[in-house]
Amino acid sequence: MSLLEIKGLTVEFPTRRETFTAVMDVDLDVQRGEIHGLVGESGAGKSTIGNAVMGLLEPPGRIAAGTIEIDGRRVEALPPEEMRKVRGKKVSMIFQDPLSSLNPLYSIEQQLVETIREHNALSEREAKKFAIDLLDQVGIPKPAERISQYPHQFSGGMRQRVVIALALCSNPDLVIADEPTTALDVSIQAQILNLIRRLCTDRNVGVILVTHDMGVIAETTDRVAVMYRGRIVERGPTRKVLGNPDHEYTKSLVAAVPRPDIKLLRFPMVSYIEGPGRDFEAIDLSSHWLGQGRRDRTRDRHENLVELKGLRMEFLMRRSLLPRNRIYFPAVDNVSLPIREGEIFGLVGESGSGKSTIARLIAGLYTPTAGEILFDGTNIARLGPGRQRRPFQRQMQMIFQDPYSSLNPRMRVADIVAEPIRHHELASSGAERQRIVEDLLEHVGLGREAARKYPHEFSGGQRQRISIARALATRPRFLICDEPTSALDVSIQAQILNLLKDLQEELKLTLLFISHDLPVMRQMCHRIGVMQNGQLCEVKETEDLFENPEHPHTRDLIRLMPRLDYLSTEGLAIDRAEAARTGRV
Amino acid sequence: MPQVTGEEGRAVAAAGGRPQTLDDRRFVSRALDSDIYHSFKSSKVVMLAALVSLLFIVAAAFAPWIAPHDPFDLATLSLLDSLNPPAWVEGSNPSYLLGTDDQGRDLLSGILYGARISLAVGFASVILAAGIGITLGLIAGYVGGTFDSVIMRIADVQLTFPAILIALLIDGVVHGLYPNVTRNDSAFWVLVLSIGLSFWVQYARTVRGSTLVERNKEYVQAARVIGVHPIVIMTRHILPNVMGPVLVIATINLALAIITEATLSFLGVGIPSTQPSLGTLIRIGQDFLFSGEWWITIFPGVALAALVLAVNLVGDWLRDALNPKLR
Repeated sequence: MSLLEIKGLTVEFPTRRETFTAVMDVDLDVQRGEIHGLVGESGAGKSTIGNAVMGLLEPPGRIAAGTIEIDGRRVEALPPEEMRKVRGKKVSMIFQDPLSSLNPLYSIEQQLVETIREHNALSEREAKKFAIDLLDQVGIPKPAERISQYPHQFSGGMRQRVVIALALCSNPDLVIADEPTTALDVSIQAQILNLIRRLCTDRNVGVILVTHDMGVIAETTDRVAVMYRGRIVERGPTRKVLGNPDHEYTKSLVAAVPRPDIKLLRFPMVSYIEGPGRDFEAIDLSSHWLGQGRRDRTRDRHENLVELKGLRMEFLMRRSLLPRNRIYFPAVDNVSLPIREGEIFGLVGESGSGKSTIARLIAGLYTPTAGEILFDGTNIARLGPGRQRRPFQRQMQMIFQDPYSSLNPRMRVADIVAEPIRHHELASSGAERQRIVEDLLEHVGLGREAARKYPHEFSGGQRQRISIARALATRPRFLICDEPTSALDVSIQAQILNLLKDLQEELKLTLLFISHDLPVMRQMCHRIGVMQNGQLCEVKETEDLFENPEHPHTRDLIRLMPRLDYLSTEGLAIDRAEAARTGRV
Repeated sequence: MPQVTGEEGRAVAAAGGRPQTLDDRRFVSRALDSDIYHSFKSSKVVMLAALVSLLFIVAAAFAPWIAPHDPFDLATLSLLDSLNPPAWVEGSNPSYLLGTDDQGRDLLSGILYGARISLAVGFASVILAAGIGITLGLIAGYVGGTFDSVIMRIADVQLTFPAILIALLIDGVVHGLYPNVTRNDSAFWVLVLSIGLSFWVQYARTVRGSTLVERNKEYVQAARVIGVHPIVIMTRHILPNVMGPVLVIATINLALAIITEATLSFLGVGIPSTQPSLGTLIRIGQDFLFSGEWWITIFPGVALAALVLAVNLVGDWLRDALNPKLR
């Protein structure tokens, strides 16, 4: 008998206008001791399945059809009090954000002991012993001492371990992990996934792993179900589904995953997911607006468009009236690097390594504590926000991470894109400005009609295109991309990366590309700098970095990349020259 | 993106072929389709409150045309008509629906003209308070640092003075500086100034808080990278995004300002009895409350209560409707 058996599950969310079917006719079974993956893009309904099993559907959501059996007992129609007991004894859940899934007002001991005693007939002392034992099992060092601490005294990865310990308190048979590692750095992600894997085999627990990350699926799961718009389109052993997919959607999803091991010329166009997005049409730069004003660049060319020299940025950690009592934290510590004209330079590192701070320093959002930022030979580090900085502001633009907050929700797209043109007086009349805006929107693949709409009418990927159009509106030479795709689904990510690559080649742009995702970097960048704790570890040509990493931190990062070598390579445009050189196909 | 949705199609039909730009059509259909309109329609209490508020505003605005008598026209006043009871009470004069006061002024007309003054003071002081509060809050939140600390400490000090104290202070100062100005001319502006000056703190704090959130969003940073001037960033980018809570405060403050005006007038610091506001009418009637002429104070009192309650209900609903967490 299966541990969990779902048959024909349909979940609906009735709203005022229409009934939205989040999950449609889904069959799923999970055995003891296996990790079953649920993969899909945002809105595919994968989390809803987990919530339905737990009886945690947010009202007005409801199970419209189908059965859920846990150990042969039907649970989908149980009254809330009965369901609560099942939830405690049989099923546990691990949530995405370890920062918010622990109560900050109670110590770890209080939270664990309360949960343990709720489910087991144990005395206070026995429960504490049990709790320490659990913390030890999930790999928290010195559990007897740390148990009395509060959540804020633990790091993100440690907190997620505590959350897992909390989920194990009731000795559950089934654990639903909803994006358990999405909020964590790669190195910690690997540890947490190993932990889940180990617990699964040691305790013979069934795990449903809900994630959007193909790498996590490929590395951890035994079987996988691929979801698309509320339906499961393909199910089977992970190696089979990812290595030899049958369904068109799975094929395109697999093709869109950035490969850590092979370099592609460009990402295959995934037409299955979002409105196909027009093909990129090259423009004639000699006549097009984007090509104007390029002439003045040729004179007095520096090989390095941007050069950082001994850059240092300190943030005030403790305020004090007396300067000697103030405590500073160096977010960027003595970084020197050149970015050559016309290249895509990548900066990679874990969260807090200082890569975004460098982007903001170059863009002039922060003023550095020490060091120089040379732009085309001029030191711009100490320029005020006034007139002197203006020519440099025109020449460099930035694309931000979060497409939902990077566009002013109260402005029309036309005004958003027109703002830099208006500010830098790049058009002689309102009509010309409008024409340029429409051309730009067309060029990034949105079409002219987009100009009249408001940002909320667009999806994440389309918003990121608007962001790119706005960045291009000053005809910049240098584009700073701060995690431009980390908030997007893989298929949309592939489209945006293709667009950036095409634009870079066409307009001979210089790009600073910041990401935590090494496979993406391999596809995009010419050279990569690796950062750790505000310091630059090493800078190398991309292929050289992946083949011969020198710095131990670089080696760690590369070792921790998910291995996707068995994924189907159908339809990929592999860079043959590169593949031949490195001896892989 | 769908080209023309059904709703847009209906909007076109509803417009009866009147030439409209695409934007107009989209706006109308979006407004009719919005969650706020829907939540408005689904609550009868709110609709009634909005209707009462609107009725008051219209009646006050058109008081000279609606009112059966002109209470300020001394030629029509007669002491013989004084202290007439309401029309349905025995011994009344049917031409005075709600009766008359001690000087023979028609109460219904008095209430209409009084609501006019009360609402005018309310709106003007809310605009003044919002103007000061939004400006200071926006700058404090965006610029931060010492300016922020100074503004917020001033706000804290401001909160320790009640509106009545400020009104007395301003009233005294105005009379000290301009001895020739009678209270008749100055009362209105003294009230507006004193209520406005005591209410700005709430706007400043709210706007500052929202600005602190908005200024760290990436669209503001994008504008900074482009090089847009801070004043333009504040007015064009941040201001429209912090106006939601301001609207709510303004509505609730309108009711509060009307009450404050009534209180001040009741205490004799506000509008003089030659041009009575609702508060002045209540004060006049108070003297007659126990001698049997109850209507002079009860009717203005009921009108004031109804107006304030209606505006407050609309404000409360607006607060909930604009808060996505409560929906």
